[in-house]
Amino acid sequence: MSASLDAVLGALRERIAAAQGARRALRLKGAGTKDFYGETLAGEVLELGAFSGIVDYEPSELVITARCGTALSEIEAALSARDQFLAFEPPAFGADPTIGGVIAAGLSGPRRAYAGAARDFVLGAKLLSADGALLRFGGRVMKNVAGFDVSRLLCGSLGTLGIITEISLKVLPRPRAEETLRLELPAAAAVESFNRWSAAGLGVSGAAWWQGGAWVRLSGSPPAVRAARERIGGERLETARAQAWWESLRHAQLPLFAGRVIWRLSVPATASPLPLPGDPLIDWGGALRWYADPPGEVAIREIASAAAGTALCWRGPAPQGRFHPLPPALARLHRRLKERFDPHGIFNPGRLLTD
Amino acid sequence: MPKADIAAALRTVLPADCLLWREEDRRPYECDALTAFRRLPALVALPRTEEQVRQVLRTCSRLGTPVVARGAGTGLSGGSTPDEEGVLLSCARLNRILTIDPLERIARVEPGVPNLKVSEAAAAHGLYYAPDPSSQVACSIGGNVAENSGGVHCLKYGLTVHNVLGVRGYTIDGELLELGGRALDGPGLDLLALAIGSEGLLMVTTEVTVKLLPRPPCAQLVMASFADVHSAGNAVAAVIAAGIIPAALEMMDRKATAAVEPFVHAGYDLDAAAILLVEADGTLEEVGDQIAEIETVLRRAGASTLKVSGSEAERLRWWSGRKNAFPAAGRLSPDYYCMDGTIPRKHVGEVLDAISRMESRYGLRCMNVFHAGDGNLHPLILFDANDQDSWERTERFGTEILELCVELGGTITGEHGVGLEKLNPMCVQFSPAERAAFAAVKEAFDPKGLLNPGKLIPTLARCAEYGRMRVHHGALPHAELPRF
Repeated sequence: MSASLDAVLGALRERIAAAQGARRALRLKGAGTKDFYGETLAGEVLELGAFSGIVDYEPSELVITARCGTALSEIEAALSARDQFLAFEPPAFGADPTIGGVIAAGLSGPRRAYAGAARDFVLGAKLLSADGALLRFGGRVMKNVAGFDVSRLLCGSLGTLGIITEISLKVLPRPRAEETLRLELPAAAAVESFNRWSAAGLGVSGAAWWQGGAWVRLSGSPPAVRAARERIGGERLETARAQAWWESLRHAQLPLFAGRVIWRLSVPATASPLPLPGDPLIDWGGALRWYADPPGEVAIREIASAAAGTALCWRGPAPQGRFHPLPPALARLHRRLKERFDPHGIFNPGRLLTD
Repeated sequence: MPKADIAAALRTVLPADCLLWREEDRRPYECDALTAFRRLPALVALPRTEEQVRQVLRTCSRLGTPVVARGAGTGLSGGSTPDEEGVLLSCARLNRILTIDPLERIARVEPGVPNLKVSEAAAAHGLYYAPDPSSQVACSIGGNVAENSGGVHCLKYGLTVHNVLGVRGYTIDGELLELGGRALDGPGLDLLALAIGSEGLLMVTTEVTVKLLPRPPCAQLVMASFADVHSAGNAVAAVIAAGIIPAALEMMDRKATAAVEPFVHAGYDLDAAAILLVEADGTLEEVGDQIAEIETVLRRAGASTLKVSGSEAERLRWWSGRKNAFPAAGRLSPDYYCMDGTIPRKHVGEVLDAISRMESRYGLRCMNVFHAGDGNLHPLILFDANDQDSWERTERFGTEILELCVELGGTITGEHGVGLEKLNPMCVQFSPAERAAFAAVKEAFDPKGLLNPGKLIPTLARCAEYGRMRVHHGALPHAELPRF
């Protein structure tokens, strides 16, 4: 590691030590593209963007390792040059997040239901802990069961357990062929079809519904995609239009996201239409349902729970917290883990749990 | 706590036929598939229901009695080696498949269900459960969750952690934990990822929701011979670099093919220094395309001969050699010791060379089978357990292989787990602060340290002692571990 990076790491350690000493909170910040996400933002901002750069990328190993401050765009460009990609399609919201922020938030795009979530591609991580130690979990290999899977635990931890300084991710070759079909279908029929097509092994890699139309993306070898297309039918979209659709879905840029209050419901893929007013935007083949501006009196959390799912208040006032409340036993476990990783509560306090 | 008191307390929560206390009844539970480590449990509990599991845990927690959970006992790292003062909690009777939903493509199963039974039950719907450890006929889903088990199809289909949607179970205090579930995303930390592969140290699983995949209609296997292990290793990298993710990519060295061929008659090329088995699956056309591509890449990478399976029978015969590598080792030698290191794929040739040098240094033979696509190496060291010196050399040999894996940026265990077996190598792979983080996770779930104590996380004292041994003697006696 270069002298300047050493200095960046040294400065981070000093800030941690000072925060520990004064019992002051630090608010970890990459590019700040997800400040809206999570419960509360508290503490002195600790910028992590300077600790950046791709550490190692070997396409034949299917692994990329990068420091937390590396821009997602830089990683995607490096992968794209070798015809590889991050199959979990992390949302960038029209900006350029850091890879540290991508992993700390653990959000995934439309391919999540088919290729896996951010956490499924995490192979290893380095964590700068509350006592300033640099800890390494996992590694740069596909299979690793030595010790608890702390690197996956960090994915989605919203910086509450320490500073993720480096991440190793599994990458995949881009599918040889990809096509998008559009069909006119009511929501319930679309969700049922999405599940049937997946069960039939048609290589579905994206399935969404909005305003009376179903979008289905097929990925795989050219003959497999062709065969699946013939079986599903519908209108075949030209590449640019298809890409524009999936990108705006991935980055939460469809008109629905202009709503004042946005709810994100994660439910089983086969869940029946939810008893909520208004049409949802459906992603993940039925497993993700977005609602904009529901009437205030609607009990969204209860509706999500009744469907064996959870509801996240993505945007808008959230007096009961943004995240779906955890059962008491799980909340206790969260607090105990937090206390052990961050005894003085200096890292992003209150960002993941309200109390 | 005297054993009689524990037994008396457990009798109040378990029917009489769910508790074993006679020595002859407990004896079968003294070890898992790592038979070098044996301990007789004080008691064996065989609950039939989730509620009985909860009661056993609560009782043991109250009495301060250690609990070691056990699935089918096929683990290779001593993860379910009992505690002599504790209760061995067998999940074998929790063996019902609760639901299969063909549209949602999930199954809810109890932990004692054997891995293969899930796929058999799902077959009627054209679905299957992807992780396929070679012990899949016997190994249980609960054990798979505890170990984050793999198999030969991980590169394309992932490990247990990628194929389990939810786990339901209990802490040592009998508190219900439902991690993950039928929805894909949930609030809070990803405790499901933490629980999978936690080797029974955090909770006891009573129900698992697994993902089912559509069974690919067709599969075909390419068998390629290479004149040296380096070109075989390079061919593996070439396949991946060409943008191909095969369903399986396995490698066997000549010692391994020579061991299995007389036994299985798989049709392996015994002149080759190493062979690769590369599988494609999918639709007929898709497989045809991919096989042609694989052939081109392998030929270019220097394969001396190439064969493509012409029938399902031939494909299965070629696989049977690979899947019988462990029993074949058992025929060649009174005992064998299976290692499980993982390395970046590019180092495979280098590691195989180093292992061959170690063979002469330790005076032991070692055959190598390798999940090459994942970089997961299974050297099988052949030894004689009746010869104490042979076992000690074997352990040192194995440790040296694992330390080499760590040095090359890999890991001491790819899929078999740490258990009791790899406590010393854990001292090599992880710093004291990293081990303290594992201990912190353990404490958060199990503050009294009663679930599977002494596994997975080596104590500071042990690592200090191990460090001294390596420096002063280069030898690793485990005085505290009973042997054979």
